[in-house]
Amino acid sequence: MSDPAPQSNDDGYRRGLRGYLSGFLIAALLTAVPFWAVATGRLSAVATIAVIAGCGIVQFGVHLRYFLHVDLSPGKRDELHLILFSLLLLIIMVAGTIWIMVNLNLRMLVMPGGDM
Amino acid sequence: MTSQELWSLALGRLDVDALDFLKAFYAPSENDDILSGAAWVVILGAVTVVALLTIFRAWRPLFRDWLTSVDHKKIGVMYIVLAMVMLVRGVLEGVVMRAQQADGLTGGFLSANHFGQLFSTHGTIMVLFMAMPFLTGLINIVVPLQIGARDVSFPMLNSVSLGFTTAGAALIMISLVIGEFSTGGWTAYPPYTGRVFQPGVGPDYWLWAVILSGVGSTLTGINFVVTIYKERAPGMGFMQMPMFTWTALCTAIMMIFAMPAVTVSSAMLVLDRYLGFHFFTNDLGGNMMNYANIFWLFGHPEVYILVLPAFGVYSEVASTFSGKRLYGYGSLVAATMVIALLSFTVWLHHFFTMGQSADVNAAFGIATMLIGVPTGVKIYDWMATLFRGRIRFTVPVIYLLAFMMLFVLGGLTGILLANPAVDFQVHNTLFLVAHFHNMLIPGVLFGLFAGYTYWFPKIFGFRLNEVWGRIAAFNWIAGFMLAFFPLYVVGAMGMTRRTMAYAEPAFQIWFHIAGVGAALLTAGLASLCVQLWVSIRNREQTRDIGGDPWDGRTLEWATPSPVPEYNFAVIPRVHSREAFASAKAAGAGYPEPASYADIDLPGPTWTGLVMAIFGTTLGFGLIWYMWWLAALSFAVIAVTLIGRAIRGDRHPRVIPAAEVAAEHRAWLARIRALPAAPRTQERSPANRGMAAPEYRDLRP
Repeated sequence: MSDPAPQSNDDGYRRGLRGYLSGFLIAALLTAVPFWAVATGRLSAVATIAVIAGCGIVQFGVHLRYFLHVDLSPGKRDELHLILFSLLLLIIMVAGTIWIMVNLNLRMLVMPGGDM
Repeated sequence: MTSQELWSLALGRLDVDALDFLKAFYAPSENDDILSGAAWVVILGAVTVVALLTIFRAWRPLFRDWLTSVDHKKIGVMYIVLAMVMLVRGVLEGVVMRAQQADGLTGGFLSANHFGQLFSTHGTIMVLFMAMPFLTGLINIVVPLQIGARDVSFPMLNSVSLGFTTAGAALIMISLVIGEFSTGGWTAYPPYTGRVFQPGVGPDYWLWAVILSGVGSTLTGINFVVTIYKERAPGMGFMQMPMFTWTALCTAIMMIFAMPAVTVSSAMLVLDRYLGFHFFTNDLGGNMMNYANIFWLFGHPEVYILVLPAFGVYSEVASTFSGKRLYGYGSLVAATMVIALLSFTVWLHHFFTMGQSADVNAAFGIATMLIGVPTGVKIYDWMATLFRGRIRFTVPVIYLLAFMMLFVLGGLTGILLANPAVDFQVHNTLFLVAHFHNMLIPGVLFGLFAGYTYWFPKIFGFRLNEVWGRIAAFNWIAGFMLAFFPLYVVGAMGMTRRTMAYAEPAFQIWFHIAGVGAALLTAGLASLCVQLWVSIRNREQTRDIGGDPWDGRTLEWATPSPVPEYNFAVIPRVHSREAFASAKAAGAGYPEPASYADIDLPGPTWTGLVMAIFGTTLGFGLIWYMWWLAALSFAVIAVTLIGRAIRGDRHPRVIPAAEVAAEHRAWLARIRALPAAPRTQERSPANRGMAAPEYRDLRP
């Protein structure tokens, strides 16, 4: 990974290590929380799913920020554009598929005499 | 262990009945003669190639200079050679089908199963093993030169991509000799391609060929996105990139997102067929409609993956051969990006009739009509580029003009089909077949031929023969019109696609016309071969010494022809959009660099070749249930890739600055001594690749 600011090797190594370590800790925490929610069963089913989904989405951001080094700085604009574009395409594909397949399924269900 | 068990352990389900080339001997019939004949053509072709290589002692140079090379230009040439071989097979299959249908009122001469294999291989080959390798080859050759780079970002990966694509193509060729191909069309819809309806090897050939080449294309996409983002010459911002590079960028991004969809849908079908899963079966909760959905998530972007680079070629051709800068560069860039995005939003129009509600159909129908808008913008931009230009009617321009007229016609029938109400009437008829051939032949194939003619001197150092190029072009154009316009008529009359015979006498005359068209297309193919032969024979008369035979406008023409391995002696600094044209206009087209530096180049590698060979045997083993072969091949592939990752490039080369300087200075001295050719002598032997200054950018 290239750091834009000129600095000594030692300094850069320590900064890099600190970044990776904090990324690792946050990522581990975001993994542990959903495990805890499922293992203990303290939360309702809906809340559990919400916690898993929420932690998963934050996890994306953590990986991008700490491991892939993509942030909002101007130097990373290209990478950010590509990631946002990927996200858009994934949404189109997933949402489109769900829309189409659910629609087809609904129209199968209303068939008279059909036992799905 | 019985001999039966031993046989199946060693050879899986392969037996003597699978050998197509023997069928003509023990069961002679018209159909089997054709089947065996095709198998013998493949066998004799392979034997001839091996014999020629041995006679001319070409094995060592072949391995050293080509198969193990990571030079992007050589990889590009190998892609195009692969595409040309597959083109020959694809066209001939098309001709056999046209002949069958011309004779279809009386039943024809093929069996239904053979006809099914023909349209399945024809479609698979033309899309995935002709057009894809052809455009990947052009992108490989041209893009690093246009952006002023030494090579692509990942040269070894480039060779691996070629290896996987070749393995897929090899499987398709093997299916002609051993066993049979799928009869499920190029889309391979289950449940028809599932285990219940086609238990044989046919769909497995399709699946593994598509999966292997899909992996190759995904890797190519990644390679070119990174190359275009990271390797541009200093000063070249995104809005200074040549138009072909822009279309290559959008195509590469689309490859990354579209190819995995077909790899996934094929892998799911593999699980259905091999391990008894029920993703797409009729029973036990399978849903074959989701196959159509996932396949076309790939399939629709795929047609724009094919056509965008051709649009890039047309843009370069239009501005170069009219001697004007490209009109509406910004709008062309925007249109390219809009097409790339919208192409991911229209996939449902391939299955309007599958049963979803009218609302869903309407939404996708409107999206489909919208995609015609940016394409229309492009057509106007090319017309405006040609307008008041001093157009030279070279072969690429002939293809360009034919494209602009025929593609608009095809686009209009596309707008008709985008309306679900109309689509219900002509769905699955030859009207549709006529429509997509109308898009893909003038749109993609003519563009690829134009690019082949345009960039040929850059790679080989001499121009292609103009006369035979024109004969080929007119044969392709007239042949296309005669072969496919009648299909609109019979399609609208109700003739379904993929049908080998018919009972309606009114169809027959149209199929006879289409048969004449098929004959002209064959003549076009033959003319291309003759053109190559004549061009090589007369190469001294068309020698391109200066490297700029067409008065080019972009950086690739600022290099010697053939281009040295390191592309540019010194990486150029870019100041404007059409960098070479503006440098020439300022009288600084061929600057003498102040200093030279050592050039680092990646070393040759066997990795790509290993992927090609063991990718083929992996697929072959899986298709015929030879599990030992599959396991062995997979192990070799894995060990090779991991070993290469650990050991890295062990033979990197450095070209010393003195050697670069000597070569470059010698070339500069040669071109200073060359007489500059005015554009009126472009096609004569007087054109030695040095363009005389003309009025540039003369605008009213």
